[in-house]
Amino acid sequence: MLQVRSISRSFQGTKVLDAVSFDAAAGRITGFVGANGSGKTTTMRIILGVLAADEGTVTWQGGPVTQQVRQRFGYMPEERGLYPKMKVAEQVIYLGRLHGLDHATARRNTAALLDRLELTGRADDPVERLSLGNQQRVQVCAALVHEPDLLILDEPFSGLDPLAIETVLGVLRAQAARGVPVLFSSHQLELVERLCDDLVIISGGVTAASGDRKSLQARFSTPRFELVVDGDAGWVRDVPGVKVAELDGARVVFDVAETEQAQRVLQQAVQRGPVRTFGAVVPSLAEIFREVI
Amino acid sequence: MSFWQATRLVAHREILVQVRGKGLWITFGFFVVGLFAAAIVPGLAGDDPAPTVAVVGRQAERTVAATDLQPRPATDVAQAQTLVRDGEVDAAVVDDPASTTGLRIIAMTQTPYQVMAALAAAPPVDLLAPDAVSDQVLYLASFGFALIFFIFAISGVAIAQSVMTEKQTRIVEILVATVPVRALLTGKIAAYCLLVFGQVGVLALLTPIALRVGDLGILLTLIGPALGWFVPFFMLGYVLLASMWAVAGALVSRAEDLTSSSTVITILVMVPYLGVTFFQENDLVMTILSYMPFSSAVAMPVRMFAGEPQLWEPFVSLAILAATLTATVMVATRLYTGSLLQTGARVRLRRAWTGAETPLA
Repeated sequence: MLQVRSISRSFQGTKVLDAVSFDAAAGRITGFVGANGSGKTTTMRIILGVLAADEGTVTWQGGPVTQQVRQRFGYMPEERGLYPKMKVAEQVIYLGRLHGLDHATARRNTAALLDRLELTGRADDPVERLSLGNQQRVQVCAALVHEPDLLILDEPFSGLDPLAIETVLGVLRAQAARGVPVLFSSHQLELVERLCDDLVIISGGVTAASGDRKSLQARFSTPRFELVVDGDAGWVRDVPGVKVAELDGARVVFDVAETEQAQRVLQQAVQRGPVRTFGAVVPSLAEIFREVI
Repeated sequence: MSFWQATRLVAHREILVQVRGKGLWITFGFFVVGLFAAAIVPGLAGDDPAPTVAVVGRQAERTVAATDLQPRPATDVAQAQTLVRDGEVDAAVVDDPASTTGLRIIAMTQTPYQVMAALAAAPPVDLLAPDAVSDQVLYLASFGFALIFFIFAISGVAIAQSVMTEKQTRIVEILVATVPVRALLTGKIAAYCLLVFGQVGVLALLTPIALRVGDLGILLTLIGPALGWFVPFFMLGYVLLASMWAVAGALVSRAEDLTSSSTVITILVMVPYLGVTFFQENDLVMTILSYMPFSSAVAMPVRMFAGEPQLWEPFVSLAILAATLTATVMVATRLYTGSLLQTGARVRLRRAWTGAETPLA
């Protein structure tokens, strides 16, 4: 497990990170969200030792992150980087070897990854001749070739077409299934919502919220329900203790102070006629995000 | 993975990239062709046939017969002049009682120095302490050393380009997160040093062959010792410049900025080349140049070739070079570390220096 504890960092007198703390647990995908300039990239760079923290610690399996430990991490930086004139397979093999693999293993892993990301046909092309989307896939290979113990990806989905997004999503899920903690940042909140088990929200260099995504969503949800009936649902407005948020003919979304009040609405609806839909509304990540920052 | 394993991987990649590229082979081909040309061409041009002269008069006949000039009898001065005008002969030698030598030379447009020299009576010369090598050979050898150093030192810009490309493409972030920064720097410098030393080694092996082909085998015994000194000086001098080229690359993120960051190095590379070419005859300047770290690589072997310095001198100069190298590599490592992850505009030296204190764990 990766533990980030109270890390702070200033650049030229400006505090960019202020006591940021969170965990990335084994086998779980942790989404790291925050506005531009909120400190996501700086945090990731500190975890990887590319930057040093002014204060605070980063530990891996309870111990310090040394060069040897870091070599087993996989990293995909936000600003993508590959040698443009180097051939795809050769480049991934080289990066695998820098991460400590022997040549045979590096070759084997590269072949498997290129196959998985549908790049086998381009193995001997220089990277610069690939489309941006394909270069991005090579970048994913570069982060995974050494079967990392921890995976850190900065905006892994930016610039990908919908098909490529599905491929990369599948790859990340497979890594988590292998027991690897996966930490990734993204602006695309609906993707984060689909993919992540845990969530860290950072705002202005401070951890605004962190923990299991579902419990966070539960914590930030006001008791809100959706009801769809056959006729007009306008009558819900007159039920005492109910506040209607949206009303559109037969569909109504309403907030209640106590969940029993929602049950009372349901009973009335059944008495009035058929009920097509009834259920609690879970707030989207975007809503939570708006609320905490 | 250890530091040295990482260094070896980095060096291996750099060497592959260079060996597959064109630049290396163009430089190397230039030197091989130049070496053989320098050994063979002077021999071809040197075999000028002796000039032909029209001869008029008894004294003229006698004098010309004693030289290796090719005589061609003429009946009188007028016929001799016609032969000169028609280009049948290079000049005419005729009797002239009015001249102090009793002879007169007739030629078309220019004074025929070769004919004059053949007719002149020079007293014999005894040298008490002859120079080991002629001025001409000294000039050729020093020019050769200076040119080799200059071309290889300038081609060190490839190191700067390689470092800059890693910054420009941002792959440096992955590299720095994976291997120690020092391994990156050491691997790069090691790769280019191996490539250049390999080329110099092959050229050194080809030199005796070229000299023998050009029938200049005798030069080998003269150049040998100077060549022996040139090698260690060249190696240390090259590593010194290589580490500076690496810093020049690390300070910039765009190719356009590379020229400005490498100006100082370009000047330092020009010093030995121009210095040795222009001040070869000036003992004081050559002595100073032979102790200065950047020019000593060329100036000291040239002085050794001319046979001037005391035995201890190259050792002292080599020690100064080694000390400068050590200090430069230490400073360069710090500047490289401090500027590698700073992108955008050109990094100021002061920022690169202080930058090294904070960013890397």
